[in-house]
Amino acid sequence: MKIEEIREKVESGGRISESEALYLFNYPDILALGEIARGVKEKKFGKKVFFNRNLHLNLTNVCISNCRFCSYQKKLGEEGSYALSLQEALDLVSQAEKEGITEVHIVNGLHPKLPFDYYLEVVAAIKEKHPHLIIKAFTAVEVDHFSRFSNLSHRKVLEKIWEAGVRFLPGGGAEIFSPRVRTLLGINKIPGDKWIEIHQLAHQMGFKTNATLLYGHFEKAEEIIEHLKFLRAAQDKTGGFVSFIPLKFQPGRTELKKNLSTCVEDLRIFALSRIFLDNFSHIKAYWVTTGLKVAQMALHFGADDVDGTIKKEVIMHAAGSPEKEGLTVEEVVTLIAEAGLEPVERNTFYQPLKNYAA
Amino acid sequence: MNSVEDILKKPLEGKRITSSEAVELYRRADFLELGKAAQAFREVKRPGKKVSFIIDRNINYTNVCLVRCKFCAFSRSVGHPEGYTLSVSEVLRKVEEAVSFGATQIMLQGGINPEIKLSYFEQLFSEIKSRFSQITLHSLTAPEIAYLSKVSGLSLRETLLRLRKAGLDSLPGGGAEVLVDEVRKEVSPKKISSAEWLKVHEEAHRLGMVSTATMVIGHIESFEDRIAHLEKIRSLQDRTKGFISFIPWIFHAGKTELKKGKTSYFDYLKTVAISRLFLDNFDNIQGSWLTVGKEIGQLSLFFGANDLGSIMLEENVVRSTGYQPPDMEVGEMINLIRKAGFLPYQRDTNFKVLKEF
Repeated sequence: MKIEEIREKVESGGRISESEALYLFNYPDILALGEIARGVKEKKFGKKVFFNRNLHLNLTNVCISNCRFCSYQKKLGEEGSYALSLQEALDLVSQAEKEGITEVHIVNGLHPKLPFDYYLEVVAAIKEKHPHLIIKAFTAVEVDHFSRFSNLSHRKVLEKIWEAGVRFLPGGGAEIFSPRVRTLLGINKIPGDKWIEIHQLAHQMGFKTNATLLYGHFEKAEEIIEHLKFLRAAQDKTGGFVSFIPLKFQPGRTELKKNLSTCVEDLRIFALSRIFLDNFSHIKAYWVTTGLKVAQMALHFGADDVDGTIKKEVIMHAAGSPEKEGLTVEEVVTLIAEAGLEPVERNTFYQPLKNYAA
Repeated sequence: MNSVEDILKKPLEGKRITSSEAVELYRRADFLELGKAAQAFREVKRPGKKVSFIIDRNINYTNVCLVRCKFCAFSRSVGHPEGYTLSVSEVLRKVEEAVSFGATQIMLQGGINPEIKLSYFEQLFSEIKSRFSQITLHSLTAPEIAYLSKVSGLSLRETLLRLRKAGLDSLPGGGAEVLVDEVRKEVSPKKISSAEWLKVHEEAHRLGMVSTATMVIGHIESFEDRIAHLEKIRSLQDRTKGFISFIPWIFHAGKTELKKGKTSYFDYLKTVAISRLFLDNFDNIQGSWLTVGKEIGQLSLFFGANDLGSIMLEENVVRSTGYQPPDMEVGEMINLIRKAGFLPYQRDTNFKVLKEF
């Protein structure tokens, strides 16, 4: 096996195998890896790099999941726990709307008391007041939680979410599919096959969704590749995934500080996922977890998107992300332009809104 | 003019890149292509995957300075209430601490302070060396040496001989900024000229002392200015072979009077790569994690750097701009190097292996 052979295969549109992926993952020269990945990205989007203006809205931090690695969660009644009222949520959205956002990204803790209807009301009220805003809401983990809480099927829950005005589900909660690693990380969430099942169901109903990978803790290269393999196979079947977002693990107050990934390893993940996930359009460098420097570099290693201005990110910040809670449009545009690329503002569905290089 | 592809191949073919070709690389070469070429040439210059670092302490014996460069937030004018000068015993205490932390090198650098005479350094260096004979004194930049020579009425050579006799081993490359006088007139009008900076290093090399060379990018300089800088040090190195390493770093405008600055991490990594390719007579190129952070410092290893410089036990000058460099420990340095796929080792000032990990 040679890197040139893999490069030729990828350039001619061929699909790489798991063993080829492992070879690439361990290939010492990350710049060679970057060239292949960037080539794939450029074939799709040229020099364009996308971003959007969004608000991260977290209705509650109360969560019964109790995942060991999460620093954001609080128990019901614990100091610092909160749940926004409908009005509080609307006020946050209205304020962000004045500043030009096009998307509201809503993910929440699994609250033991808040009824499903509360979430639906929030979404419907935002939609009613700001019909032009696109709401990207509720991870598969929340969909499953609503289903248990309300004794409704996943399909029924998704139907109600659709009726409330949601067309796009975020990719969170996938973490890493390997059961071995999930045990080590103390993940008390729906297993990988359930996560995929809910996304596939959503795709069949017309939703678009994203997918994520949480890396940089206990996982082996093979387990990353296995995760990607499941996503690629699911995408072959239902085709509704839009973006893949590698999430770099933040140790926060947890004791898992030893095995944190470094810049070079982060760039490897970006390059590999771009090359392996040939049926995904977008690879997103989520600057909140990678840091701005790595996000910038990732644009030459296969990523084509830097997420958004993200007003008020709190989950990764609770886990110790040293980055700002949000960026201005100018800052995002500069970040992309410094890489020698074209910043393009998009909406949630990647329809271009403005090309800042023009 | 050769194509970018041909220019990138030249170092591997044993040919020299010209100044205009180097400017062309800044303008037209692709980011990853540059890195690959620099990496290949680094393999020729320093075969094997070894990456070094050093443990040292940077002691700023005074912040009082007559020169007051616009890019500096550390210095204070003569008579300023915040001005300080460390006594010999204060410096000795800092050296002792550094030695106990495993430092092998001491960098004494300070402002151009008219109250400090050659005798201060003679006493200081001999006291340090008599107590800590194992430590390398990699101290005093060219502007400090030139000033001591001027005020003591001694030639550069004589000044260096006196300092060497007292214990000075080698010179750090600071004060070079960008070795183009039009740029210096703008950012550091009272500092020694390019020719004087080069002269101090040449004299030191002639006495058998080694030194490093630096370049500060990201203020008002053009690509042409940067390459003129590289050309000057390459040409001196041809004559003396006295430079052990080249260290490009970025300017943080922060609280400085210059307040402007234009660079990016891409620009920095391209500069590392172009330096590696252009300075074919330099063995070592250092990635400056202190000024660009750990991520980009680590990535510089793929753009031609083979050294990550110092785990500094004390640093004041960069910090004074308001920029907070990350903390660094030996374990973390080793981890950064290893996880990039390289073999870490601790070096002394002359790049001798002290410890492999």
